[in-house]
Amino acid sequence: MFDMESVITTLAPELLLAAAGLIGVLAGAIIGDRFNAISFKLGAVVLFAAAILSGFYWEGGRAFDGLVETSAFVNLAKIVSFVAAGLALLMAESFLERHQTQRYEYSLLVIFAALGMGTILSSADLMTLYLGIEMLSLSSYVLASFHRDSPRSAEAGLKYFVLGALASGMLLYGISLVYGFSGGTSYEALASADPTIGFMFGMVLMIVGLAFKVSAAPMHVWTPDVYEGSPSPVVAFFATAPKMASMVVFVVIMLKAFSSGLDTINLPLVVGLNWQLIIAIVAAASMLVGAFGALIQDNIKRLLGYSSVANMGYALVALSAAAYLPEAVDPSLFADTGSFEAAKAASVAAAQAVTTTGASAIMIFMTAYVIASLGLFGGVLSMRRDGGMVENKHELAGLVRHKPALAIALTVLLVSVSGFPLAFGFIGKLSVIEAAAMSGLLPLIIILIISSVIAMYYYLYIVKIMWFDEPAEVFEPVGGMVTFVVYLTAIASIALFIFVAPFSELAADAAASLLS
Amino acid sequence: MDFPILSAVTFLPLAGAILILLVRSLTNSQTGEEAEDNRVMYAGLVFSVATFLVSLVMLVGFDPDQSGYQFVEETKWYAGISYKMGVDGLSILLILLTTFLTPIALIASIGSIKHRLTEYIVAFLVLETFMIGVFCALDLVLFYVFFEAGLIPMFMIIGVWGGADRIYASFKFFLYTLLGSLFMLAAVIYMYLAAGGTSDIEVLETFAFAPGAQTWLWLAFFASFAVKLPMWPVHTWLPDAHVQAPTAGSVILAGILLKMGGYGLLRFSLPMFPDASELFQPLVFVLSVIAIVYASLVAWRQTDMKKLIAYSSVAHMGFVTLGIFSFTEIGVQGAVFQMISHGLISGALFLIVGVIYDRMHTREIAAYGGLVSKMPIYAALFMLFTMANVGLPGTSGFVGEILTMVGAFQASTWAAAGAALGVIFSAVYMLTLYRRTIFGEVTNPQLETIQDVNIKELICLVPLAVGTLLLGVMPNLVFDVTRESSLRALALLSGG
Repeated sequence: MFDMESVITTLAPELLLAAAGLIGVLAGAIIGDRFNAISFKLGAVVLFAAAILSGFYWEGGRAFDGLVETSAFVNLAKIVSFVAAGLALLMAESFLERHQTQRYEYSLLVIFAALGMGTILSSADLMTLYLGIEMLSLSSYVLASFHRDSPRSAEAGLKYFVLGALASGMLLYGISLVYGFSGGTSYEALASADPTIGFMFGMVLMIVGLAFKVSAAPMHVWTPDVYEGSPSPVVAFFATAPKMASMVVFVVIMLKAFSSGLDTINLPLVVGLNWQLIIAIVAAASMLVGAFGALIQDNIKRLLGYSSVANMGYALVALSAAAYLPEAVDPSLFADTGSFEAAKAASVAAAQAVTTTGASAIMIFMTAYVIASLGLFGGVLSMRRDGGMVENKHELAGLVRHKPALAIALTVLLVSVSGFPLAFGFIGKLSVIEAAAMSGLLPLIIILIISSVIAMYYYLYIVKIMWFDEPAEVFEPVGGMVTFVVYLTAIASIALFIFVAPFSELAADAAASLLS
Repeated sequence: MDFPILSAVTFLPLAGAILILLVRSLTNSQTGEEAEDNRVMYAGLVFSVATFLVSLVMLVGFDPDQSGYQFVEETKWYAGISYKMGVDGLSILLILLTTFLTPIALIASIGSIKHRLTEYIVAFLVLETFMIGVFCALDLVLFYVFFEAGLIPMFMIIGVWGGADRIYASFKFFLYTLLGSLFMLAAVIYMYLAAGGTSDIEVLETFAFAPGAQTWLWLAFFASFAVKLPMWPVHTWLPDAHVQAPTAGSVILAGILLKMGGYGLLRFSLPMFPDASELFQPLVFVLSVIAIVYASLVAWRQTDMKKLIAYSSVAHMGFVTLGIFSFTEIGVQGAVFQMISHGLISGALFLIVGVIYDRMHTREIAAYGGLVSKMPIYAALFMLFTMANVGLPGTSGFVGEILTMVGAFQASTWAAAGAALGVIFSAVYMLTLYRRTIFGEVTNPQLETIQDVNIKELICLVPLAVGTLLLGVMPNLVFDVTRESSLRALALLSGG
């Protein structure tokens, strides 16, 4: 029986995006070039509307016999991703106009990518997951090479495509192994599957594929190259919305599909699916690669690429902390209560507390990261001189002398992305460390501290260039939208630091919905 | 008390900074880019003096016979973290020191800072807010936020208005402090979780952490405070930062930022980790004595005046840690007194160096000599602060050193003996410095035309001189305020 209501409560934003995307294709075919100019504003409106719809159907639902299922957790991720995509789209317009590539296809591709993001976030089955990932990826490949007259852009698109296809292949291979050994593709079926060795192989391959999407080390190699070659507004998009969506999907899959550890708790210390160590290693590698890799970069886009690798590492620390740990069944609880049922309930409650803390930490951290990155790429888009973009970080020299407001805003954003107090990023990092401390991941905390100090050096170095160095030439004025986004994100970073309580409660509620 | 006076003191400078920035950006668009003048300076002074006056009002309303926190304000921030402010006898005097030194630092900058004056004033006012916040915060996370945030304006002050090697010094200062502080942050989060989701200092003070955990928490806090203080062997950022910072930056750095380390040890390490504090007492004593003796010897060999005073700061901070970890009332009281006294004396000494640096643009000791015949008033003031730094009776330096040593003597004879050695060395290097710059023949021909201290410099130095002498003869002014709070800290230490 087809239930329209459940479809709407579950997939309303995706339905809107799909309809808008298809109408856009038709409109483009009919109206032609006259559609170019308004398509950006319309696209942004559609994306914002999709975000509002996600908020409207906050509790989410379940549809198509469990192929899709949404909760407050993924809806919060959808809101952030769609808003970020919309703002990135608005920032793109003036840039593309100057390069004579202001075409409606751009906004349609962003909308289809957003549809892909919505699909993976809503998925409760490996089939929908793969479908969504491919939709997101294919749109992204084209966006990367959107600047089609530029060899660099074409190179970036090709690199992204070749490596992305490889990662998709791994993901698909993992999916087929997981399916083969468990006999199901829904997350529910996987959660109760027997963790055989083949199943675990499939899981590891899927982690590889997902790590590629969030650009976590050692699957990060494409990031700096694609960031450098792609048109800057495309990178502003890549670095924000898809990162948020992919990371949250990563969390959902690990906690929902590969959670058989929890259900196999019959005795203390039964070996379940322990992926905590895998994620911890990926997190540690990402933090270190991101921190050291960015040290020697002069190109600001490459630098931010490595910075995003490091930040994904921090988010993965929280995912690692959120792992359901079979070891979390504390044998002493059994001794204390004397009753096995009571001990099991207590340890499940403890494990769930750890998991919700970790999940909400990821939500807070990623939101802070998305806000700061969007603004920083707005800053990159402002670096325009002699009719072209300049991308060397030294071109920012003495920015504070001729554009003090922009320099202050960028400084705030750098402070936020580095996780230093006085901006939202600090709350994100605080939550991540809290989650890690709750799980007792001391080695990860130490690596996080060390890589934060190293990363602070290159963020500070940009601050130094902007504030201490002798002024370089003045940048040309860029579109009002870019400036608007930079100021908006900077103000949001500070405002969300001071008035963080509502958002942190929202994230905690959303994380709790993940387990129910 | 209904009026949130602590928030007022804390955020008044920040409000001033924002106002100055706004007015400046509005007038800039009319008068052009480089229309900077002393009006900005006066605006900055008005705000910092107003802050000082408000803090005086607070001191008047403060009841020294009460041992707990006063003027407490509390607003929920998020989760178990709140915006909680309050002062006791330990912190109120450090707040007063902050609000007292900031206007002096600003006055000292008149004329010597020639470019980007608006940003300079704004940086100092913002820094003042964060420094006061550190001493007011009654929530660990809030404390951490203020503690860290202060790095940014100081980074700017050293990096923009510093000397030739300022970039290196500013990065070293920032990253050194950050590394220590992040360990403290991890410890703060651990404590937050262990105490059941609260970072309220009043709760944590009485919370009994397991002795095993205390060891690690103590070390994490110590990593942060030892860098800030600084203690040997993590003091190496200090000479670089001092040498490169502008005079006013050095005054604030030595006068207040270093005190955050001592304050942190006294406020957090002792009451919250009593077992670990006793466990590590020998370690702190050894490090303090090494700091006192080693830094004094290094100071003796310096050819750069600012570097000499920077090393002397390291030595004097050794007395602070010695006093705090003596776990005696007299030692703790002496340590607080030493922090305040050193704030005045080292601030004054950096100003003293700044006076001749502004005229000669060199800090090499060898470039001077025979100043007494050219600058008699200067020589007299320099003499006073030299003697205060040596610890001559009648100056505040004496009270701080003698009390911390008496306290240390009760805990460890050897530590006190080592510290006493440091007192002798301090006389050696300070008197050497004084003799080589002030006495002797005028060898440098450029010194022939040097001017004596002017009104501006007198306005800066005389209040500090008065403070040094006043506290030297009437130390009870400080002790009456700090007694109850010191006893409380010690009571918490002994599990009371």
